Amino acid sequence: MNFNIDFLAWRKIALVLSSIFLLVSLSSLFLKELNWGLDFTGGTLVELSYPNEANIPQIRQNLIQGGFEGAQVANFGSSREVLIKLPGTVSDSLGSEIVSLLSTSNEGKTVDLRRIEYVGPQIGSELRDDGGTAMLIALAFMMLYIAFRFQSMFAGAAVIALVHDVIIVVGIFSLIQIEFDLTVLAALLAVIGYSLNDTIVVSDRIRENIRSMDAESTEEIINTSLNQTLGRTLITSLTTLLVLFSLFILGGELIKNFALALIFGVIVGTYSSIYIAANALIMMGLTKDHLKVEEAENADDNPLP
Amino acid sequence: MKRYGIWKYFLILVVLGFGIVYSLPNLYAPDPAVQVSYTSSSQTADKFLEDRILNIIQESNLYTQIELEKDYVLIRTDSYQNQLKIKDLLSSSQMNDVVVALNLAPTTPDWLSDIGANPMKLGLDLRGGVHFLMQVDTDTAIKNRQDGTLQDLRIRFREEKIRYAQAKVDTDRSILLEFNNPETREKAEELIEDIYNQFNYPLTSDNDLSLKLFLSDLEIEQIESDAIDQNLTTLRNRVNELGVSEPIVQRQGKKRIVVQLPGIQDTAEAKNILGKTATLEFHLEAQMDTPRSRKTSYPFRNGLGAPAFLQDTIILGGDQVATAQASFDENGLPQVNITLDGDGGSKMNRATRGNIGKRLGVLFVEQKSRTIYERNELGQQIPVQESYEVKEIISLATIRAALGTTFRITGLDSPSESSELALLLRAGALAAPMTFVEERTVGPSLGADNIQAGVFSMQLGLLLVLGFILFYYRIFGIAASLALSFNIVLLVAIMSILSATLTLPGIAGIVLTVGMAVDANVLIFSRIREELKKGREPLEAIDAGYNRAFLTIWDANVTTLIVAVILLSYGTGPVKGFAITLSIGIITSMFTAIMGTRAFVNLIYGSRKNLERISI
Repeated sequence: MNFNIDFLAWRKIALVLSSIFLLVSLSSLFLKELNWGLDFTGGTLVELSYPNEANIPQIRQNLIQGGFEGAQVANFGSSREVLIKLPGTVSDSLGSEIVSLLSTSNEGKTVDLRRIEYVGPQIGSELRDDGGTAMLIALAFMMLYIAFRFQSMFAGAAVIALVHDVIIVVGIFSLIQIEFDLTVLAALLAVIGYSLNDTIVVSDRIRENIRSMDAESTEEIINTSLNQTLGRTLITSLTTLLVLFSLFILGGELIKNFALALIFGVIVGTYSSIYIAANALIMMGLTKDHLKVEEAENADDNPLP
Repeated sequence: MKRYGIWKYFLILVVLGFGIVYSLPNLYAPDPAVQVSYTSSSQTADKFLEDRILNIIQESNLYTQIELEKDYVLIRTDSYQNQLKIKDLLSSSQMNDVVVALNLAPTTPDWLSDIGANPMKLGLDLRGGVHFLMQVDTDTAIKNRQDGTLQDLRIRFREEKIRYAQAKVDTDRSILLEFNNPETREKAEELIEDIYNQFNYPLTSDNDLSLKLFLSDLEIEQIESDAIDQNLTTLRNRVNELGVSEPIVQRQGKKRIVVQLPGIQDTAEAKNILGKTATLEFHLEAQMDTPRSRKTSYPFRNGLGAPAFLQDTIILGGDQVATAQASFDENGLPQVNITLDGDGGSKMNRATRGNIGKRLGVLFVEQKSRTIYERNELGQQIPVQESYEVKEIISLATIRAALGTTFRITGLDSPSESSELALLLRAGALAAPMTFVEERTVGPSLGADNIQAGVFSMQLGLLLVLGFILFYYRIFGIAASLALSFNIVLLVAIMSILSATLTLPGIAGIVLTVGMAVDANVLIFSRIREELKKGREPLEAIDAGYNRAFLTIWDANVTTLIVAVILLSYGTGPVKGFAITLSIGIITSMFTAIMGTRAFVNLIYGSRKNLERISI
C-alpha cells in the first residue's frame, strides 16, 4: 500500500470531531451514567433454560407471587433462555430460592439451571474501586515507559490519545446503555494496550524520520510518518477486527459486550493514533531539537533481533 | 544477507517439538468418571474398596473401566448420563463410610503424563460448578476469645478471693471489671498482669473502681489469622465430606476465603453445609443455688421441652470431638455416637464424676446471619450483614455414671439431622461465622455451551486471519500463518505446563492474541516492501525489514504486556483469566512472529544467490 494523504490538512476537522465525541460521551456519562452490571451494583442474577419457549409474563407473575417483586425478567440469547435480575439485593440465598420456585411452578417440566450469580454490596463497590485503580496504574506505567523509551512529549501525546479512547468507548456504552460489567472493564484495559500499540508504532516512525529526514517542518515529517505506517495500521486493525467480530458473533452472550467494547476501542484507537496523538505532538511543539540529546545516547537503535 | 545460524533453526525446532508434546494432552477429551474415597482421611483406598464397588456396579454395564488410584477408586464411564447413574447407584447403596464424587478423569496417555504433560485446567465457567467468596466475621472470634478469658478470670478471682461487683465483655470488645474498692481493683490488676500477656498494658479504666481489658493489636491480629486458618481447615474438611473432586479452598486477602467446587449443582445444599457454624457445647444443668449471673436459660430445640437453665461454664466444646457417627439407638431413634480426644475425655470425666445424678445439657450453637438496615452518614439506608447466635438445647440427660471419651447424644429429630450433626462435629467448627459475599454458579449445560462458543469463535477468527494474510502476503503469508498456528500451540503448551486455568475470557484472550500477533509480521513485511521500493536487493530488504521493525515490535509488545500484568495483579475472576492468556500470548508471539518467520523465510530464500524478486 502506498499512501500520500495530507492527514494534517484534516486535523482541524478531526479536532472538532473529537471534541464533539468527547462532549457527547461526557454528557452522556453525567446524564445517563453507565448501565452498571451486577458485578458493580451487587445483587442476584439467575439464568434459566426452559425446554420450550419461555413464557415471560407467566414467569413474572410467578415471581411476584413468590415474593420477588422488582425482579427484571428478560430473554437472554434465545427465546428459551431467561435472565432474572434482582439488582442491589443483599441476601445470598435468593438465587436458589428463585430456582426452586420456578422449577416447581413449571408443571413438572424441567428447568435447566444455567447460572446463578450473587455479588454482595461490599464486593460490588470494591470491584469498581479496583477497576478504577487498575486503569490509573496502567496509564501511569504507560506514561513512564514511553517517557523512558521516547521522550516526555510522546508520553503526553500517547496518554492524551488513551484518555480520549477510553472516554469515548465508555461514552458509547453509556449512550446505548450496554451493560458494563467486569469483562467490559477487562476489554477497556485491553483497548488501552491496543491503542497504545498503534500510537507507539507511529511515534517510532516519527522519531526515526525526525532524525533522518531533511524536511522543513515537524508537520511534514509527521505527515510522512503517518503515511508510511498507515498500511500497517489498517491491516492490523482489520485482522484484530476480524477476530473480534468472530468473538462477537460466535462467542456467546457472555463475551458479546466484551467483544463490542474492543470493537469500538479498536476503531477509536486507530483513529486516535493517527489524529489525536500526532496532533498532540504538533500542539506541544515537538521539534528536531527535542530528540537530539537522546540521539547521542541511543546511537544504535537497530540491534539485531 | 546475513547467515542464519544453525543453532537458531535448532532452537526453533526444539521449542516447536516441546510445544507440540506439551499441548498434546489437551486433545484427549476427559472421561466422565465417579471417584470413591473413604470418609476418614486416615484410610486410603484399597483393593477391598474396589471389590465392594465392583460388587455393586458390575451388573449395570454402565462403566468402561475401574482403577485403583492413590487416594480413591476411579470408575470411568463414556457418558454423563452413565456417570450420574453410577453415582446414584453408589450413593443409594449401603456404603456409609465413603464419599462419592463426580470427576472428569483425564485420558492423557501414560507416555505423556510420565513426562509431566497434562491438559490445561478448565475454569468453572467451562466445566460448571460453584464459586463462593466468604467473608470471615473475625469480630466474633475476638469476642469469643474475650468470653473465654472472662470465664477463666472468674475462676482465678474465686481462687484468689478477689471479690468483684461486675465482670462482662463490653460492646467495645473489652472486658469490663468493676470492684467495690480501689484495693481489690489493684490486687486484680496485679493478678491480671501476672497471668495474661494478651492485653494492652497499662490497663485503662473509667474510674478507680473499674478496669478495662483491651486486647493488644498483636493479639487481635493473631486471633484473626488463627480464625481464618481454622476456618480454612474446617472448610476443607467439609468440602471433602461433600464429595467434590479437585476443590479449591483458599484464603483471599485479609478476611476472605474462596471456595470453588467443580461439578456441584445444588448450591443451596453446598452453602448449607459450608456456611453452618453449628457446634456443640456441653454444660451442666444449673442448680437452684447457682447465681443468676452464672446461668442462662435456653429453649429446647424444636420445642421438645420447657426451657432450662444451664451453667455458663462450658465443660468442653465441639472442637474436642475426635469422631462422630450417626446411627440409631435400641428404639430405632436417631442418635450420634461421639468420641472425644484425650483432653476432652478427661475434662468430661472430671466434670461428670462429681455430678452423678445431675443432668448434662448439650447445647447446639448455630451462627446465623441476617440483614439489617442502618443509616449511613448521608442518611441513606444501607444493608449490613449481621451475624448472631442461636443456642438451643438438644439433649438434657441425667448423668448415670462418670462419662469418658465415648458417649452418645440422643433426642434428635430425624436421621438427616443426626447425620448432619455428625458431619458438622466431624468436620469441626468454624472459629468465626462467615457470610457469603459472592456466589457464581455455572450449570453444566452452560459450561458445555461456553466451550463450544469459545472453540467456534477461535476457529472462525483463525480462519479469517489466516485467509487474509495468505491472500495479502503470499509466500510471506505462509510464514506468518505458520507462525500464528505455532503461537497457539506454544500458548496452550505453556498454559498446560503452568497448569493455568482456562476460562471463557481466557479463550477470548487467545482469540485476541491471534488478531494482534499478526501485527509483528505486518510491521516486518511492510518494512520489507518499503525497502524493496527504495530499490534494495530482496535479501538486503528482508534483512533491513526485520532489523528495523524489531524495536517497534518490542516497544509495542512491552506496553501491552504492562497492561496485561496490571490486569493480572488487580483483576479477579474473568479479568484474570483474560490477562493470563493475553500475557502468555504476547510473549510467545514475539518469538514465533520474529524468529519463526525469519527462519522460514531464510529457508526459502536464504540459499538463493541471485534472488530477483520475492513474493510479498
